[in-house]
Amino acid sequence: MATQYKTIVRDGLWDNNGVLAMLLGMCPSMAMTTSATNGLGMGLATAAVMAASSLLVSLFRNNITQEVRIPVYILIVAAMVTLVDLCMNAWMHELYKVLGLFIPLIVSNCLPLARLEAFAAKEPVLPSFMDGLFMGIGFAFALTAIGAVREITGSGTLFADASLLLGPAFKFMEMRLLSADAGVLMMVLPPGGFLVTGLLVVGKRMLDVRAGKAIQMGCAHSAA
Amino acid sequence: MKQQRMLTHGVILGVFCLGFGLLLAVTNRVTAEDIAARALEDRLNSLSQVVPDGIHDNNLVADAIAMKDGQGNEITVYRATKEGKVTGLAYEIFGSGYAGKMKLMLGVDAEGKVLGVRVLAHKETPGLGDKIETKKGDWILRFTGLSIGNPPVDKWKVKKDGGQFDQFAGATITPRGVVKAIREGLEFFAAHKEQMMDLSAPKAPMKGEH
Repeated sequence: MATQYKTIVRDGLWDNNGVLAMLLGMCPSMAMTTSATNGLGMGLATAAVMAASSLLVSLFRNNITQEVRIPVYILIVAAMVTLVDLCMNAWMHELYKVLGLFIPLIVSNCLPLARLEAFAAKEPVLPSFMDGLFMGIGFAFALTAIGAVREITGSGTLFADASLLLGPAFKFMEMRLLSADAGVLMMVLPPGGFLVTGLLVVGKRMLDVRAGKAIQMGCAHSAA
Repeated sequence: MKQQRMLTHGVILGVFCLGFGLLLAVTNRVTAEDIAARALEDRLNSLSQVVPDGIHDNNLVADAIAMKDGQGNEITVYRATKEGKVTGLAYEIFGSGYAGKMKLMLGVDAEGKVLGVRVLAHKETPGLGDKIETKKGDWILRFTGLSIGNPPVDKWKVKKDGGQFDQFAGATITPRGVVKAIREGLEFFAAHKEQMMDLSAPKAPMKGEH
């Protein structure tokens, strides 16, 4: 049992990472990573939605028939997203002002749907919840990494506005690494997203090779 | 047999829709009041940047009227009053930038002098055109205190067009759009002063959304 959870955690965070291995959820990975803070915020919101919807799908997995499963999954993801959207707007308004525009985008992210279909639909509740959670955290990690590289090279800062996202206690994270006009504008524009994502995918594979692992092709259907 | 299965699918889908529909309805009910309150706070915050708190003793959002601007957009005009007299107005103005429409909030006093301008929404290039935001630069603050006549109307342009306002490096179209929007906003005030300052006009319903 314990090894199963270990695999789930490692798959989500690194081996089968949603962005860096499976290359899923490219739309938010490109659009939302102009800064590390944005990437982190989007990633955490996605993780919350994924954990909740994986749990729900697993809970109802014996009641959902094969033929209507896709609409039901989409319904569940959309409901969770709307729930997060409403609650954040009401009770975490500062954060909502930063992320609000992008929360609805989670519905169109194919990563949650892929995990529901590949994992939660077949596995018991707790492993499914863990899978959703750690796939989500892995997604947040990848988005934060892409955002950090783009932010440093593009605007010369790191984790700017992090205190808006995480609270005033995290003010120390806000750093200026390069002078304001040293940034390469292209990196915060769409081409920078493609470049950095591509480079990070290559970087992950090189690390895997160095560690002596066979290059794992991203696989949405690798049930643990 | 097949008919029966079709029915089962429909029922399953229906039950899920009903269940999650109910869940969302409840959440909406629970959060509605807080969301409306937050939206109102946001609105008051952005208004207080273009209309100084010191010049009014009323609630700007409560004292608003609906009008149509020169381009046919529905706008809300917020009125600042002190001891029953209008001391300032704030309303949305629109300009076209490099990447589409820009929405700004303009505050003017009763004489038509700019109290303040802020950008509410824009899609200008990050790092170039976005210097119109107060977060990225203080360019937009230079309009405070100006009016049509100071500078004269034919100087209400960017320097490149023979006016008196600096464009910024790498971006001319964005500042040009902003200057034009403010000039038109002031001209709109001049043309509709009576109507905008008329306190007996029917009030616009309180709206939270931007």
